[in-house]
Amino acid sequence: MLIHEFQAKNFLQRLGWKIPPAALAESAEEARRLALELGCPVMLKAQVLAGGRGKAGGILKATTPEEAERLASRLLGHRLVTAQTASQGLPVARLLVERAINLKKEYYCGLAVDRKNEALVAIVSRQGGLNIEELSASRPELIKKIFFNPDEGLKQFQARQLGYFLELPEDLIKEFVVRLKQLAGFFIEKDLKLLEINPLVWSEDDRLLAVDARMEFDDCSLARQPELTALRDESQENELEKEARKFGLNYIKMDGNIGCLVNGAGLAMATMDIIKHFGGQPANFLDIGGGVTEQAVSKAFELLLADSQVVTALINIFGGIVRCDLVARGVVATAGRLSLDRPVVVRLEGTNVTEGRKILEESGLPFTFARDFEQAARLAVELSRQPR
Amino acid sequence: MSILVDRNTRVLVQGLTGKEATFHAQKMLEYGTRLVAGVTPGKGGQVHLGLPVFNTVEEAVRAEEPEVSIIFVPPLAGAEAIMEAAAAGIKLIICITEGIPVLDMLRAKNWLKRYGASLIGPNTPGLISPGQSKVGIMPGHIHRPGSVGIISRSGTLTYEAVHQLTAAGLGQSTAVGIGGDPVVGLKFFELLEMFRVDEQTRAVVLIGEIGGKAEEEAAAYLKASSYPKPVLAYVAGLTAPPGKRLGHAGAIIEGGQGSAREKIDRLQEAGVKIVDNPARIGQMTAELLSGR
Repeated sequence: MLIHEFQAKNFLQRLGWKIPPAALAESAEEARRLALELGCPVMLKAQVLAGGRGKAGGILKATTPEEAERLASRLLGHRLVTAQTASQGLPVARLLVERAINLKKEYYCGLAVDRKNEALVAIVSRQGGLNIEELSASRPELIKKIFFNPDEGLKQFQARQLGYFLELPEDLIKEFVVRLKQLAGFFIEKDLKLLEINPLVWSEDDRLLAVDARMEFDDCSLARQPELTALRDESQENELEKEARKFGLNYIKMDGNIGCLVNGAGLAMATMDIIKHFGGQPANFLDIGGGVTEQAVSKAFELLLADSQVVTALINIFGGIVRCDLVARGVVATAGRLSLDRPVVVRLEGTNVTEGRKILEESGLPFTFARDFEQAARLAVELSRQPR
Repeated sequence: MSILVDRNTRVLVQGLTGKEATFHAQKMLEYGTRLVAGVTPGKGGQVHLGLPVFNTVEEAVRAEEPEVSIIFVPPLAGAEAIMEAAAAGIKLIICITEGIPVLDMLRAKNWLKRYGASLIGPNTPGLISPGQSKVGIMPGHIHRPGSVGIISRSGTLTYEAVHQLTAAGLGQSTAVGIGGDPVVGLKFFELLEMFRVDEQTRAVVLIGEIGGKAEEEAAAYLKASSYPKPVLAYVAGLTAPPGKRLGHAGAIIEGGQGSAREKIDRLQEAGVKIVDNPARIGQMTAELLSGR
């Protein structure tokens, strides 16, 4: 679960980090007033749950309160498309209006779960404000990483190694070491997966400031971190994806026209891949999961059809725990209710396949049956090309 | 032969009396797996599915000497269950549980090193040596004993691959689901090494997906070891959008890392036969084996 920059900074502030003076604006009028109060120039920062805001025009500088108002009206109420969002972008409902900082240097500071090394990692870079992955590839000498584990935490000497690597003034290194060590403790206590301060700034008045921050919490841990769930911003989620989650379904909207309904994440990915392999375009990833109910299948099929781009549906089930007859009943319930207006290709295999097929056949609805995975994909692609 | 489990392997079920565990333990017994005991704290002394139930793994180990444990417990208790099994001397632990916090898994993996225990999973269907022992939740009937080893990060996609192999007349030595989480126990390269020395195994099918570096590690291992057996791979997620988690907690392209293309390229360089159509896994394996 990602949280907004302003939420992440609230955590940082509580942990003793200095952040630039800032406040949230929900209207252009408010942005103007805040610019006046904070003192110009100010930065207007769109609060969306995606990176790449700067390049996408989601972070703007205003030198007067009037300019702040004008620029704010260009962002608020609109959708911001960044390199990391879907093509429709994310809604901007709030701006963080922040006093612009004069800086001497900017850095990167991050904490993450390192999958390959199976450890936590603290990363700093002598250059900030950039994409850390790109920088790791192009200028590895600017980056230092220290691995640590959640039982022992980040040691003082490790934080010191990172602080000295940054070549900050001595008193700022001391401050950085204390803050970073605490931050690592917070990371572990709250079950984070990623925490970035980028840029971390050495300001002209010789202070250490967290100018932008990003935090991602582990969804699997939310059950033991109940206070975090209040931070979730559902307005940043796709409507269909949000609805799917309520039913325990994994749905991700894509840009194609063949809707997929599959059991199992791997098979669902493979189904999208095979559609592409035969020249079609998948409209979504949809994994109904292992413990699915008939109602959830019914909902899944409804979500799939709710996407107006979908011209053909492909149902691919390899029954194991999930029974084909249960899936068939769920699909028929929706198809009957919505008067199915698009071709549906069905491939069933595994547990209770005969019963499942019978339910679909007896429904009288126009299902097209495929004998195997490949034929199902070929049929779906073919049907997706026919004019409606 | 097979790897990891065979008809004689004595298996413990942690969380045996739960609903899911009961269902799958029943299926394992029907398959012929040698289940010897269960553990559910507070239910020690009971008999469930004809198996003695203990309060702790330590007691179960003392009484019934299981060599392998399969775990069905809630996600927040998952890491503890793994640690308990390792501390009691179990050397192979299969964790079916999905949704264990990633920090818990880092802790559990450190713990395992201390006890020299191996883990399969979590978030896995488990493993099966067809005709001998099924320690997992996969549909047993689609498998046949034979000579193809399977290692996969997925569940149903593995069933699909097994189904295709069986239809092509190819049985399996052992099929292992390594799990769909970001941090798992045994990885591709470690299992490839086991299949390398297993006499029954003549070829290995590897089923990867986006996220992490496990496929790249496998490629590096295959190259370095001049692997003597043919390996085929299908990597799911060529169409996956970056930054989105596709069902499995570990299936995500993050910061430009973990794309299917990258993995496919590395595997191909290591001499692996790449399957680009997931409906042809069985057919291509058969062709590869008959061509030798």
